[in-house]
Amino acid sequence: MAKDSIDLKLIDAVLEHYAPIAGSLVTILQKTQEIYGYLPLDALTKIAEVTGIAPAKIMGVATFYTQFRLQPIGKYLVMLCQGTACHVNGSEQIENAICDELNIVDGQTTEDNLFTLKNVACLGCCSLAPAMMINGEVYGSLTPDKARQILREIQKKEANA
Amino acid sequence: MSEIKIGLGSCGFAAGAQAVLDTLKEMGVSAKQTGCIGMCFAEPLVEVVDDKGSTFYGRVNKNSIKEIVESHLKNGVPVEKLMLSEDDLGFLKKQTRIALRNCGIINPEDINEYKARGGYQAIEKVLKGMTPDEVIEVMKTSGLRGRGGAGFPTWFKWNAAKQATDTPKYIICNADEGDPGAFMDRSLLESDPHTVLEGMMIGGYVIGSNEGILYVRAEYPLAIKRLEIAIGQMREAGLLGKNILGSGWDFDLRIKAGAGAFVCGEETALIASLEGERGMPRLKPPFPAQKGYWQKPSNINNVETFGNVPWIISNGGEAYAKLGTEKSKGTKVFALAGKTKRGGLVEVPMGLTLREVIFNIGGGIKNDKAIKGVQLGGPSGGCIPEKLLDTPIDYDEIAAVGAIMGSGGMIVMDETTCMVDIARFFLDFTQKESCGKCIHCRIGTKRMLEILERITKGEGKETDIALLGELGETIKGSSLCALGGSAPNPVLSTIRYFRDEYEAHILEKRCPAHSCKALINYSIDKDKCTGCTLCARKCPANAISGTAKNPHTVDPDLCTRCGNCVTVCRFNAVNVE
Repeated sequence: MAKDSIDLKLIDAVLEHYAPIAGSLVTILQKTQEIYGYLPLDALTKIAEVTGIAPAKIMGVATFYTQFRLQPIGKYLVMLCQGTACHVNGSEQIENAICDELNIVDGQTTEDNLFTLKNVACLGCCSLAPAMMINGEVYGSLTPDKARQILREIQKKEANA
Repeated sequence: MSEIKIGLGSCGFAAGAQAVLDTLKEMGVSAKQTGCIGMCFAEPLVEVVDDKGSTFYGRVNKNSIKEIVESHLKNGVPVEKLMLSEDDLGFLKKQTRIALRNCGIINPEDINEYKARGGYQAIEKVLKGMTPDEVIEVMKTSGLRGRGGAGFPTWFKWNAAKQATDTPKYIICNADEGDPGAFMDRSLLESDPHTVLEGMMIGGYVIGSNEGILYVRAEYPLAIKRLEIAIGQMREAGLLGKNILGSGWDFDLRIKAGAGAFVCGEETALIASLEGERGMPRLKPPFPAQKGYWQKPSNINNVETFGNVPWIISNGGEAYAKLGTEKSKGTKVFALAGKTKRGGLVEVPMGLTLREVIFNIGGGIKNDKAIKGVQLGGPSGGCIPEKLLDTPIDYDEIAAVGAIMGSGGMIVMDETTCMVDIARFFLDFTQKESCGKCIHCRIGTKRMLEILERITKGEGKETDIALLGELGETIKGSSLCALGGSAPNPVLSTIRYFRDEYEAHILEKRCPAHSCKALINYSIDKDKCTGCTLCARKCPANAISGTAKNPHTVDPDLCTRCGNCVTVCRFNAVNVE
């Protein structure tokens, strides 16, 4: 992993608050990811130093849960639902359309760092299947065309910004 | 005085409720915000309540809301063309709502609305005049069983935690709703968080706990937000903190966001995760009631279980036990989805048949296709075929046909759903979610997935069905927790009821549902094709050629079997074989 140029002071407050509370590792990692958008290696090292938790254990927890990422993501995180209802209603076609539109596959980020695609197990919006969530906003009843349209609108908005 | 309500659950937002809300604001109309009433199929949903009663408008958008406001709200003339049909409304009317009694009716961000509907009277009744044993007796009479899926009697768990002598004790709410295809807990937390929190308080009082923790999926930001608001309001109202309602009992609640691991629905894994560890299950016994969170007595119940508790205390155990069957009392909430016409939240008395839920409430199958079966219990459950749809909703009856009640995911499948692919889908899920502790679960599910993948690719071997059965039984018998213990269920139940589909894939290299890509081909019917060119323009692989007004053709070598052409064709001219 490349050396990250990040400001490690940003997590001082998080560590000050949570380090003394036993069992807070998951919460600390969540707060850290909220700050940086991912879990930079340097931040993990610092968490190990401050909390006294072994780096191996921190890595173990960070890689156990699907929420945690060790790589930065694009400005927009496209979480494509692969739940049962979405699966039987054609989420695979939506995935194909998104991959084709953005020229990436699951887990990758576009070259312009605008989009990251991540397949997720279930967003819980099963009546609107197939569905996806982009930066917290849910889009339902997708068709391949509709999914492409949504991505293009974001691209347009970003180009004009 | 007329009032306008708008449903603002995740489904509502996803369907465009924000635009409707914005339009209302622009028009200077103040709308009452509620959670999800459960008619997800008709979102965004707006309800106008006037002296004549309540009128539901479905699939509202920023234009139709203007008409509703001008005509109905301001002039008292309902807009008939925008109203939900009697059929659609039947979805709600045919339900019996206990856990969901306030969903879609109250503003989930206002504790006073919950109180106005009888909220926090149950905890008051308990604190002012019931011993923990008396509460346990009511729970025993009610017959409430764990709604997370296993169906363990709630009173029994509470009693075990109460009898534990060590302190402190913890009451924990399992809101790590991980089954793909289930959203009951999300909707309940988003729409009526207080009923769950009041249920936790009652449970906490009974077992002698002063601290409650909600373990909520991180994928449910709105539920977490509304729980935070609710807990804040409880604290202000003196329902949390020291000496609650003058009882001398102290209690507080906090939220812990999960980090995305299906196995954390298993209670010992959930405890490990709460402690900041990898969410891996531990050996039982000792049970959490003796040694749970930080090795202290802990009681864990599901969201819906807690949601039923205040009603049971207020109305009595007998009233609850009147509903349901001999061994499964009360109601159950289902998340009806898949190929059903009307999907959403359904709460029905136990004992109703699956067919009644799917057809009477769900309205049957989309596009009037033939139903193939229904999947209950998500990755731990099984598929029940059409011929067994008259099975009543009952923990033991459903288990007898090879599925489980589960937490309430009910996915309806039609003739276009390939059952081998569904089995592969669930195995893909459990294989990824296996925590890796037990060898049979970690490696066995992977091997099962590989076999299923090769079957769906048309490379299955004649011995595969027997091998899947053998592997499945071994994994079930050699896994520590319920994830591995139930992971093979979707495969075993589809082999049991849809063996012919497995055989078609393996022996004839054919997918009867026309779903497995490697086993199908697309072609265009020359007689039906009008040469409109739409499919050719929409084909992402440029596999369709032809000139305007002349029949088109598909190049099977270029075709990626994405199915776009079938979706866009208005003349039903694309054949899949």
